Amino acid sequence: MLGLALPGPSWAHRLPAGAKLAALALVVLALLPVAHPLPLLGAAAVVAALYATLGPRALAAGARMLRPLLWFVGVILLYHLAVGEPRLGTVISLRILVLVGLANLVTLTTPLTEITSVAERLFGPLRHLGVNPRAPALAIALFLRFVPVLQGRAGALAEAWRARSPRRAGPRILVPLMLGTLDDADHVAEALRARGGVAAGANRPEKGTKWNAI
Amino acid sequence: MERNLTLVALFAAIIVVLGFMPSFSLVSGVPISAQSLGVMLAGTVLGSKRGAAAAALVVLVALIGLPVLAGGRGGLGVLAGPTVGFLLGWIPAAYVAGLVTERWQGGHPLVVAISGALVGGIVVLYALGTLGMMAVLQKGPFEAMLLNLPFIPGDLIKATIAGFLTREVWRARPALRAGV
Repeated sequence: MLGLALPGPSWAHRLPAGAKLAALALVVLALLPVAHPLPLLGAAAVVAALYATLGPRALAAGARMLRPLLWFVGVILLYHLAVGEPRLGTVISLRILVLVGLANLVTLTTPLTEITSVAERLFGPLRHLGVNPRAPALAIALFLRFVPVLQGRAGALAEAWRARSPRRAGPRILVPLMLGTLDDADHVAEALRARGGVAAGANRPEKGTKWNAI
Repeated sequence: MERNLTLVALFAAIIVVLGFMPSFSLVSGVPISAQSLGVMLAGTVLGSKRGAAAAALVVLVALIGLPVLAGGRGGLGVLAGPTVGFLLGWIPAAYVAGLVTERWQGGHPLVVAISGALVGGIVVLYALGTLGMMAVLQKGPFEAMLLNLPFIPGDLIKATIAGFLTREVWRARPALRAGV
């Protein structure tokens, strides 16, 4: 599975991930109380300009990531036109587009390894609560490794169904999919224990390599 | 410990795989993805804590920026969007679905499983989803509910499907019904 980040380098890729996330949080706080469309329109123009400095690929990727939101914005605008509050509708729609666009910009320009190292730092304090901070990292690695495995298995089950029935497989193939997955979980757990378990951290890949290996 | 971790990680993968399945449309034309079916199943099959952890793992990885949500969405932008309450609501939804099946040991398996999926996947999830919409769209609870209404029939169907699937899994692995 590939991340959403675009290949660098660019000025935005060079900024540290923590700084980008902090800036994003500040912009969110600053824009939430804005109730006038004009400043938001300005903010939208700034966000679009930021995408533009990163080239046409970034513009295309940003537009693609906003697309699922467009029907929603359409509903919001229509609703507010219907109740006679077009200005409020414009403010809400613009704010959503600006904030989501800006957050997507962080996602698009920050490689996975950098975001995970920020996440690891954020997980650090869990140690004091008795949670092994290795467990989340191991769970993420296993999870990502098994998405393609289960996808392949779901495809094989659907094919086996189609070979035997003229009807569509539907949700019933989820039962063998889940049972197979539960068995896999047992086997993987056994393998983990055999290698020293989560606590020993014997399976922890070297820092910096674990994401490339997935 | 190890088994709980692998169950959580592998069920999180099931939630994602369900999101990749082609979504079907209701008669009303509202698209339905199978992803929240996965969240209901995580709760009813794995129980409250492991189910919530599986949902949390998907949410975390989505926010980190991997395209694991239905339609290949992901990234921090989801937090600023109108569906933020539904995404974060997955975690308590799976927890409550699991809590219902854990606490109600004596009931008919199908009734218990469907109830868990309904209470967690619809009552809890829509309450939090509506709160999220109220915050992002600055609407009252009634108006926010109105925007969610078209999705309820699809989710009722999903909760029923989740109930039937969970009963089949319990039949094949009786230990899971006891929370092991």
